[in-house]
Parts: sequence; structure tokens; C-alpha cells
Amino acid sequence: MGIVQNLTQGFSPSRRAVLAGGGAGGLILAFSFAGKGAAADAPAALNAYVQIAPDGIVTIVSKNPEIGQGIKTSLPMLIAEELDVDWANVRTVQADNDPVAYGRQFAGGSMATPLHWEQLRQVGAAGRAMLMAAAAADWGVEVASLTTEPGVVVHAASGRRAPYGSLAAKAATQTAPELRSLKLKDASAYRIIGQPTPQVDTAAIVTGQPLFGIDMRLPGMLYAAYAKAPVFAAKVASVDLSAAQGVKGVRKAFVVEGGTELDGLLPGVAVVADSWWAANKGRQALTIQWADHPTSSQSTEGYAGQARSLVAAKGGKTLRSDGDVDAALAASAKTVEADYFYPFLSHATLEPQNCTAHFHDGKMEIWAPTQLPEPGRQLVAKTLGIAPENVIVHMTRCGGGFGRRLMNDYMVEAAWIAREAGAPVKLVWTREDDMRHDFYRPAGFHHFRGGIDASGNITAWANHFVTFGEGEATARSAGMAPTEFPAQFLDNYKLDVSMMPLGVPTGPLRAPGSNAIAFVVQSFIDELAHAGGVDPVEMRLRLLGKTAAAGGQGGLNAERMAGVVRLAAEKAGWGKTTLGPRQGQGIAFHYSHLGYFAEVAQVAVADDGTVKVEKVWVAADVGRQIINPLGALNQIEGSVIDGISEMYGQITIKDGQVEQANFDTFPLLRIPDAPVIETHFIKSDNPPTGLGEPALPPVVPAVTNAIFAATGKRVRSLPLNAAELAAG
Amino acid sequence: MAYQLNVNGQAMTADVDPDTPLLWVLRDTLGLVGTKFGCGVAQCGACTVHADGAPIRACMTPIDVVGDAQITTIEGASALPVGARVQKAWSELDVAQCGYCQPGQIMSATALLSQNPSPTDDDIDVAMAGNICRCATYVRIRAAIKRAAGQEA
Ligand code: FES
Ligand code: FES
Repeated sequence: MGIVQNLTQGFSPSRRAVLAGGGAGGLILAFSFAGKGAAADAPAALNAYVQIAPDGIVTIVSKNPEIGQGIKTSLPMLIAEELDVDWANVRTVQADNDPVAYGRQFAGGSMATPLHWEQLRQVGAAGRAMLMAAAAADWGVEVASLTTEPGVVVHAASGRRAPYGSLAAKAATQTAPELRSLKLKDASAYRIIGQPTPQVDTAAIVTGQPLFGIDMRLPGMLYAAYAKAPVFAAKVASVDLSAAQGVKGVRKAFVVEGGTELDGLLPGVAVVADSWWAANKGRQALTIQWADHPTSSQSTEGYAGQARSLVAAKGGKTLRSDGDVDAALAASAKTVEADYFYPFLSHATLEPQNCTAHFHDGKMEIWAPTQLPEPGRQLVAKTLGIAPENVIVHMTRCGGGFGRRLMNDYMVEAAWIAREAGAPVKLVWTREDDMRHDFYRPAGFHHFRGGIDASGNITAWANHFVTFGEGEATARSAGMAPTEFPAQFLDNYKLDVSMMPLGVPTGPLRAPGSNAIAFVVQSFIDELAHAGGVDPVEMRLRLLGKTAAAGGQGGLNAERMAGVVRLAAEKAGWGKTTLGPRQGQGIAFHYSHLGYFAEVAQVAVADDGTVKVEKVWVAADVGRQIINPLGALNQIEGSVIDGISEMYGQITIKDGQVEQANFDTFPLLRIPDAPVIETHFIKSDNPPTGLGEPALPPVVPAVTNAIFAATGKRVRSLPLNAAELAAG
Repeated sequence: MAYQLNVNGQAMTADVDPDTPLLWVLRDTLGLVGTKFGCGVAQCGACTVHADGAPIRACMTPIDVVGDAQITTIEGASALPVGARVQKAWSELDVAQCGYCQPGQIMSATALLSQNPSPTDDDIDVAMAGNICRCATYVRIRAAIKRAAGQEA
């Protein structure tokens, strides 16, 4: 079981039996603050756990899933700082899914930093207070006379010193202090927060140790492949299972009835074998007849045709209407009308979806790379008819998330197959399965009308957004908030929405909504700037200058945004750089996940229309403190390149099925095309916020605006089309 | 069929079908799960290992053609002087985000630097273009290769 332990140390204090077997040498300081006086408006209830061994080694639990955002390092850093220990003496372990002990555990929305910045520092400070209380009792002195140095409680008056390891047992018996009563360090005293800190798993990553869900191995484990219909949720009409059963190594092949919920257990055929290769060979040997399905006539072309009709019909539900857009347009010196489009995209986590499950002793035990374990547990319980308390979910490191693993479809498949197989089973999807059964970033259509006055100021802005949904229900991640910029920054603003039905599953992709909306909004601002003869940076500052604060998620602060716009322009040498023919700079900004980002891209467009992004300048305001600068820069660089990568690929639908299947048809950006990236932070006096997503949205329009500057051609449709950008 | 293999300097035996890719023999039969599955069609490089020092895609290499080639996987990279240097540079710059592609990246970079101790940016582009990093850590991958080559970026 060595590998199992390495993979998931299984920290789950609310199942003490598990821990008791662990024989940990030290004491567990359990800070369980769940629900304690939590006001209705307070963030999610928090629990965290610190363990101090007699030798002073501190074990800190990381509660949330690690998907490459660096949370297993940055959250324990917060606790360690206020606990006042040496980072070198800290070990971190991944928590199991355990909402009783840890509250909400998820990787999404770039929320971990804002939700935990205060709370986890308080948890660390509480531990320190308990250690000091223990020392005070030992020495018969006032707590107020004590201080700490990393890992040591000090009584300056007598010169007495006690290492944390010697105090841990007694400290564990002290009453946990009221969190809000704790005084936290001044930022100038930080020893850990703000230090560039390598990820805690780096050594294991570079030596290839088992870390990921797909690395899971259990004694007697079998392997599974699962064939689903190319048309989402189509049922199995007929199949000859003997074709799979005849393949050497195959133990079992069976039909899974499944349901109709796209994020649940879908119908298919499972093949279980001694090795994954045999399972997949068995699956390939099958000829499956899939039943007809109502969405099998849908197509990308069909959606585009419907969108054109909906735009032409000028219908739609008005989500917001400020002033009188039509009158303002009629009175404008100039008007611009434009149709924008962006395609479906796949998450394409490099680790394909997989999950290991073992049904034993009436319990379903699961090891899953998941961003959202508790809903997965509930889905498994409901689908298999098992009580939720009998479903145990261990979280493994995820080989990428990007929102894909907020869905737990692969988890419920593994659980179902494992129970049916009567053995531990590891289900591994092929890349083709993964790309053809994703929850795609929804495609979208925007018909814009804009007006400018004689001075080049924007006077009117109308957006008819055509998206997917039925009745009142918008498809997942396919909506647009009526507060989205530039709403509230213009007197005459209108947002209408039309929807068409969709048989394709959609879901959040890194910076959901924003990754598409920034493209269309920041491109159309650029169009209006050029139409009015106003410099694109100047146009943005004018827009932001008009309103002090308004709109957006939680309220976009125009001052903070103007600050990053100015900084990005300055660092890029905006308007001062001599550029060659077919070379250009473009700027864009976007507010999402509480983060303020402006980016300038510099591109060169070859005569054949190939776009090379040469350099991107990033200006960011995510508050007063960067917790881990090493991780922060990596997230920003990754987001920027991810955004550029998204401009080259698309998922298309034909006959209700996804046409792409692997990286040859859905390309991801490779090292020769990665630009130089220069990042600058504005440390504003605001609480720190997350960095997993907000750097992504602005890069897409920064690049398309740069393409316009380089070629005079406006990119209104993605993916980039080299033929349309060719010279001549 | 039983195959005698040389993996990371050790003799190993695998009883598998001749068409089984080396990737699945390493991962499922021999328990060396450091080598990763990303695409299965030689598009992503996650499965990169060395055969007699040359980088190959284990997902498209049937066990039947491996013969007596010396196979080195990420688990054996530290035993190669260049491999150890590359791993050190990767750690110092903290290249990884999710880390899933990095075994393949490290094996490709190790092969590059073994052949060409002072690669240019173009050399790096050519040698590393077959390795996708979905988290897009390319800026650091390039910097780490230069650091391992003794050329500080
Ligand atoms: S798994 Fe072999 S190249 Fe992708
Ligand atoms: S670090 Fe995630 S794929 Fe490279």
C-alpha cells in the first residue's frame, strides 16, 4: 500500500479511525470552527488542521484540491506564517473530502485566496496562542510576557525557551481562542508570505513519483475502459459483448443503462480487464449500435444559421436597458455595427479523466482527481443508491483542471463499474473520450451596435447576445451578467439575449464567461476607438474615467482598472515603440475574479497570415500582498499562454457529435509559439485576491487588437484564420 | 508473451501481448507510473522515455520492437548526470504547475542536453515542440533548460 499512501495521505479528522491507524507521533491541534457563530454573510465555514511532532516537524493540511494552481503550497504558507514556524520544518498533506472538518473544498473561481486569506492566518495564530498558553502554564508566567521565534516560545524576562515540539501535547489541551480576537502579524514581519516558494510537491514531480489520480494502484486492481455514444446521452441500442470478452485479459464487459443528465452517469458499455491496454482493446473490438437521439441533427453550422435568424429578427429578452440606445445611435456622429463569434472549446487537461473506485464492506471508496469532491460524493451516492456517509472520496493531485473536474461524471462511472466488477477498478478515458465528452466552453454570438460623437466619445452601446439555453434556463456557463462592463459606464447601454437549444454539455472553462466576453467587449471598444480616431488606450481611460465605481462581480473599481491600463501601456512603450510592417501592439483589460488586469500584446503577422505573438506585458492589481511570487508569476504566464492557445483551436459539432478527437485536430500552443511575458504588479491597499484565472481574458482581445494594428484587419471571429489575415 | 527488458539499468520481465505499447507496460505491468499518458498518438510527449539515450514516445512504441534497448524513464533520470542537472534546474525554477507533463518535458530536455550541451533558442524549440504543457509553463521550461546548460537566462 506504499503507493497508495504516497498518493493520498488521507487526512480526514472526522474519520478518526483512519488516523488512529496512522500512528502519528505528535499531537493534533484540531481547530474546528465550523459554524461557530458564523454570520449569515460570513464566508464558508472553515476548518484547518495542524500537527506538531515532538521533533518540531509541523504537518499542515491543505484542504482544497491541487490542480496546478499551487494551493497545496500557498494555503499552508498562510497558516505557517502566523503559527510562526520555519517553512523548512513544514510538511503539507492533502485533505480528503471531509466537509464536516473542512467546510467547502473546491478549486474554482480563483476563490481560495480571498476566502482563506484571513481565516487560515487566524488558524495559524490560534495555534501559536495555544502553544504560548501551554508555555505560560508550564512556567507560571503571563501569556502576555511571552513571544515567539520560528518554532520556539520565548520568555525574554527569564531567558527561558521552549521548542514547539515540546509544547505540542499540552497545547492540544488548551481551549482554542476566539479567532477574531487574535492579532495578526504586520506584513513587515512576514517571513513566509511573500517569499518565492517552490511547490511542496516539486521533488516528487520532477522524479516521477505517483501523485496523480491516474497513478493510483490498489492490490487486485482491474482496469476499465468505457464507451459512450458520440451523440451525448444516446442509449445503447444493441451490442455483441462477446467481441470484447474474446480479447485476452478482458474479465467482464457489460452495458450500463445510465441516465439522461449530461453531468451524471451516461449510457455506455464498460470493459474491465487485467490491464488498461486489454480493456481498451476489448472496447475497440465492440460494435455498438447507438439509439437515435433528438439532438443528433445539431451542428455548428446549424447554430450559426439560427443565430443569424435571431439577430435579424431583432428579438431577444432585454436584460438591461439604460438611457435610449436607439435615439443615441441616431444622434451619433458615427455608428459601427459588427457581428462577433467564438467557438466551443475543450478543457483538454493533460491528464485524461480517470478515477479509481473500490466497493468494499458496504462502502464505496474513491480516489479521484476532482475539483469539487463533495458533489461527486453526492452524485455517486444518489446514482448507486448508497448512503452518502458510505461514500468516501480521497482527493489526488490533478493533472490540470481548468474547470473540467468541477464535473464528476468520470467519478460516478468508475464507481458504477467498480461495484459491477466486484473489484477495485481504475477507469481511464482515452484522449478521444476526453475531447468528445467534455463540458465545453460554450460558443457565442454577439451583434453589436455602437455610436460615437464628434469628439470620439462612445454615446451608445447595444449588444444582442445569442447563446444557448431553453426556456428560462441558460446553458451552463453560457450567460452574461447585465453588470458586465461597459454597463454602468455608459448612459445608453442595452443588452438583449436570445437562446437556442443545445444538446452538447457545456461548463466553466478557466475564467468562465470572461474568457469569451473580454474578447468581444474589448474588441468592440477598439473598433469604436479607431472609428472615432481616438487612441485605444485613451479611449479606455476615457471610459473608465467617466464613472468612479460600478458594475462587474462585486463592483469594478474604475480607479484600480485605470491604474493597470496606464501601467501596461507605459511598460509596453505604447505609442513610443517603433514597429515594423505588419507588426502591431494592442491593449485590453478585464475585471474578473476580483482581479484587475490590463495587457498589451505585440504581434507580427506574416505575409501568409500566420500570427506570432512576440511579447505580452501584463499589469495586475490583486491587492496588497502576493502570497507566493513564484507561483503567482507561473499562474499569470500560464494564463496568458492559455488564452493565446485558445485562439487557435475550436470544437465543432456535426450530427450532434464533436468532430475533434485529439491534439492533431484540437491544437494546443507549443513552446516555439510561447511569447515573452513581462508582469508588473500594482500593490494597492486591498485584500489579496486569486490568480488562477483573471490574467487570461484580456490577452485574447489584446492579441486581436494588435492584429488590427498590424494589418488593418479586424478579427471578429475565432479561431484565427490565417487566410483572412494574409497580406494583399 | 514474456519480454526481457532493461529499464533504468535493471532487468525486468513483462508478460504481455506484442502490440502492447511500452507506456502501458511501464505503467501497468512494471508499476513505473512516472511516465504519463496524454494522447496515445505521439502528439503530446507526456510519455517520453529514452531508448539508448534517444527520446521516444512510449505510447506508440509496441513492446515487440523494444528488444534489448536500454530504456530510461523519469524514475531513472536522476542516475544520468544530465538528468540530475535538469531535475535540479526544474526544481530551482519551480517549473511545474500541475506537473503532469513534466516527466516527459524533463526526458526530452535531458536528451537534448546530452546531445547538445549549449542549445540555442531554436534548438530548444525543435527539441521541445513535441511536448505539450497544458498549463503552459513554457517560459520556465526554456529558462530551466538554459540553467541546466549553464547559460543563465
Ligand atoms: S501519450 Fe505519448 S505522445 Fe502523448
Ligand atoms: S505543468 Fe500541467 S501540463 Fe505541464
